[in-house]
Amino acid sequence: MLLWWLIGVPLLSGALLAVTGRRADRAAPVAGVLVAVAVLGLAVAAADARPVVDAPLLLAGIRAGFAVDGLSALMVITVAVATLAVLVFSGGDRDLRTSRFVGFVLLFAGAMLVTVTAATLAVLLMAWEVMGAMSWALIGYQWREPESVRAAGTAFLTTRFADLGLYVAAGAALAGGVGSLALAELPSAPTPWLHVVAAGVVLAALGKSAQLPFSFWLSQAMHGPSPVSALLHSATMVAAGAYLLLRLIPLLEPTGWAGPLVAWVGAATAVLLGLVAVAQSDLKQLLAASTCAQIGFMVLAAGAGGVAGGALQLVAHAATKTLLFLAAGAWLVVLGTKQLGELRGAARRFPVVGVTFTVGAASLAGLPPLSLWVSKDAVLAAVLERGWVPLYVAGLAGAVISAVYSAKAVWFVWQPVPARTPAGARAADGRVNAAMSLPLVVLAALAALLGLLPTLASGSLAPAPAVWELVLSGLLAAAAIAVTWRSAARIGAPRPLASWLGLERAAHAVIVHPTLALARFLARFDDRFLDRSVDAAARATGAVARALDRRGEPLVDGAVRAVAVAARSLGRLARRPQTGQVHQYYAQAAAALALLALFVIVVR
Amino acid sequence: MLSLIVFLPAAAAAVLLLVSGTAPRRVFIGAWIAVSAIDLALVVAVWLRLVPGGGFQFEQRADWMPTVGISYHVGVDGLSLPLVALTAVLFGACAVFALRETRRVKPYVTLFLGLQTVSLGLFVALDLILFFLFFDLSIVFMYFLIAGWGHGERARAAALKFFLYTFLGSLALLLGFILLYLAARPHTFDIVDLIAADPLAGGGVYAALTLFAVGVGLAVKTPTVPFHTWLPPAHTEAPATGSAILAGVLLKMGTYGFVRIAMPILPDTWRQFALVAVVVGVVSVLYGALVALAQTNLKRMIAYTSVNHMGYVILGVGAAGILAGTDEQARQLATTGAVTQMVAHGLITGALFLLTGVLYDRGHTYDMAAYSGLAARTPVFAAVFAVAAFASLGLPGFAGFIAEFQIFTGSLSAAPVATALAVTGILITAGLFLLAVQRLFLGPLRIPDAPGSPRPFADLHRSEIAAIVPLLAVATVIGVLPRFLLDVIEPASRALVELVAR
Repeated sequence: MLLWWLIGVPLLSGALLAVTGRRADRAAPVAGVLVAVAVLGLAVAAADARPVVDAPLLLAGIRAGFAVDGLSALMVITVAVATLAVLVFSGGDRDLRTSRFVGFVLLFAGAMLVTVTAATLAVLLMAWEVMGAMSWALIGYQWREPESVRAAGTAFLTTRFADLGLYVAAGAALAGGVGSLALAELPSAPTPWLHVVAAGVVLAALGKSAQLPFSFWLSQAMHGPSPVSALLHSATMVAAGAYLLLRLIPLLEPTGWAGPLVAWVGAATAVLLGLVAVAQSDLKQLLAASTCAQIGFMVLAAGAGGVAGGALQLVAHAATKTLLFLAAGAWLVVLGTKQLGELRGAARRFPVVGVTFTVGAASLAGLPPLSLWVSKDAVLAAVLERGWVPLYVAGLAGAVISAVYSAKAVWFVWQPVPARTPAGARAADGRVNAAMSLPLVVLAALAALLGLLPTLASGSLAPAPAVWELVLSGLLAAAAIAVTWRSAARIGAPRPLASWLGLERAAHAVIVHPTLALARFLARFDDRFLDRSVDAAARATGAVARALDRRGEPLVDGAVRAVAVAARSLGRLARRPQTGQVHQYYAQAAAALALLALFVIVVR
Repeated sequence: MLSLIVFLPAAAAAVLLLVSGTAPRRVFIGAWIAVSAIDLALVVAVWLRLVPGGGFQFEQRADWMPTVGISYHVGVDGLSLPLVALTAVLFGACAVFALRETRRVKPYVTLFLGLQTVSLGLFVALDLILFFLFFDLSIVFMYFLIAGWGHGERARAAALKFFLYTFLGSLALLLGFILLYLAARPHTFDIVDLIAADPLAGGGVYAALTLFAVGVGLAVKTPTVPFHTWLPPAHTEAPATGSAILAGVLLKMGTYGFVRIAMPILPDTWRQFALVAVVVGVVSVLYGALVALAQTNLKRMIAYTSVNHMGYVILGVGAAGILAGTDEQARQLATTGAVTQMVAHGLITGALFLLTGVLYDRGHTYDMAAYSGLAARTPVFAAVFAVAAFASLGLPGFAGFIAEFQIFTGSLSAAPVATALAVTGILITAGLFLLAVQRLFLGPLRIPDAPGSPRPFADLHRSEIAAIVPLLAVATVIGVLPRFLLDVIEPASRALVELVAR
């Protein structure tokens, strides 16, 4: 029952708020926070009680099953905390105090809660897709702006493209005899279906998590409001892909290829998107690229089979990234800009935001003793345990790069306030209100300390990173920060990196444009060929009819008329002897008798 | 009971014909709403008393032309009752929507009532000739509705095309029925007897020809590619209510024919040619979706998505005929999905067509380029349309997902490549619906102006909300709590799968 409440409360209250519309705007922010608090309470209770529920869904075997195990317990609390923080923060932003916004956030969070508690592929897919649709609604929240609308469409279509993998996976699971579609039974599917299931799941997870080559949708998604980015990039949406891979590690193992593939994609994303982040001049774009890179570590962990490290990275990153996006959002509200160049001195003018942002960035940089430092090494320890040295080195490179982009962002905001406000920036009359700063402080504490939890509860992190690994990564991070601090202003932005590796253009060139061209071609074919042939058939029928009318009818009618004419002339002939004069009848009778006599003679 | 449900609208139409045409239009439409409500209540009563898995129930049988084996035979089971209910709901919604109709209301209402009788009758008919009679009459009524209440001269051309094309299809169907009649010993047109007799069990050329004739007849009505070209003009020129019924009910007559007649009466032949159905289904899915993507006229676009959605149904029933490499659960899932898809498409596309009617009423064009940013002026309309669009693109939480998920999951083992291709259809429909929502409702406001003064562009009226929102509400209930529907369909689809596999 507890679990039904946990998923039912946010979904129903969110749907109610979204449907009610403007009438509920006044009450929505408070109601949203209250619901989020309730959800957090339910999440903690569920994490403690570990409930399992299910109900029939489709045919007898396929059920809507939900369960909270260790991984799910961690996830539900993370989701609940991030949602609460985002809703409290957005209560301080005038533009977001609508029931539409609060309702969609709650629906979104509810869908994520369903995703992380789902025990069967069917419900997981349902929640997974609803989350995609809600991301559309939230990214396109400012629907008057054509750019946000376009970004929303890109996000939804890209992730749905990847979601097709889950549809195929569900079918393959059923074909492979896993009639219940239970996640736990997927690994028992026989080959070749096992490989299809794994491929589908991997595709869906990489798309949702904005890993290579799908990363571009996350760049577009920055057109949404900052709290939306905070939610999207931390505990929900992109985290869902990583969660799914961590959850299905037992499915990846027996295929042989899925683990290494996933690990390499994760490592490549960590490095390449890290470089993309370094090249950005827009704070939100920098953070977005860093999200891809950090999720890359979780994906790497899943590929290496390191559940604990991946989960720790997920939670630590969720707290850190919520914090960073909310801080960026606070500056966007009060300063009206997210360009790094225009944010010079922002931290000095708004010290609460500045300090909390710095704590988050330091964690993101992997600086000891903050949480992402520990979690990243936990991931890399799992990789090293496998003996995958090249991946370990790639992971370290990714860690160094993350220190570089974090330091770059911090350097800009702590520069001295420029004498003149740059043109276009809003006059600094804004104030960061309490609703905004409270979540920042709490999240900063979480971002700093979360990583230390498993070291307190010894033995819960397996495989634990060795001391030399921790020291090495800490030293590398510190060195990278030191170098960056001196040269931050001179970091260039090579075109391929600034444009996110040109991934979006490639997607347009390879998929979107050909599809549209094919669509137009088929539409023309439909109009000009198929439809016209039907019309032509109809016209031909008409033509045949007219031809018959002109040619055939006179023929048939002529024949009939000829018969009539012949009959009439015969009649005329027959009338000739009927003269009415007796002597002529006698003559005719005599002639006839003579003929008859002649006939008898001849025949005899 | 069933006869009462079927003929109540016709009786009401007969009474209304006696009322003077100058009577206030509320009399006619009020009568229609009342009759629809009573019919719906009766259908609910039947639903509550139906024993799932109990075969045909509420049967009535009376001799009609006994010398040629034709009888008046009606009954419902889990395959037909959902469609009967869908018909009742959709006609009710159209009756409410028609409250804003002002043109020649008396013939309008009587034609719709006649069409209602014909549609309900088709789904309960258990005799081939009775089925054919209703199948043909539906074309006649719809012809008059499109020609009389459509958009002018082109509407008459579209109506004529619709009539001739689908009439040709129904002639093929009649030919197939006569072939079935001749094959059965003793000769009969009774569906139940024919299913039991399985007259063409041996297969062969005769059986193949019979299935071909029946299949083509149904495929024209469904419609599948390449027999679909009558659909876009008919939809574009028809009035909104006519489009909703055409898409929601009349198309289902084709797909229903497959599960009621083609599959159980010709099981061997169906299995033999199941792959053809799968291919036709996938081609319809992809072709319909792609052509819809290229449309600039909103109503044509939705019409082509019907081709796409009906393609899923054909894919599902085709997969149900492939025994190799599949288990019974998968085939049953595909069949259940196909029937669910008929209901889901009826509700959702019905709502979408009523919404395009609203758009035309306000802006007098279906051209999407003429509009932009309508959400600013008509927030309720925008919200309802967005919900309908997301429902139609198969978002979980709505009926369409339940249907398509079952079809995909159930068909994959039977036809892996075809199903994988068909899955991409939901991506294309997602793209086209997002594009439509984006073009019409989002961005800066732009409304087609009448020369001179800007035209008022009103939001949804109360009667329009009362007509459209219930359709989407039912689609949502099916999407969230599908058991009440699936409990009825599943036993019947299991029986069908067993019949096909015998």
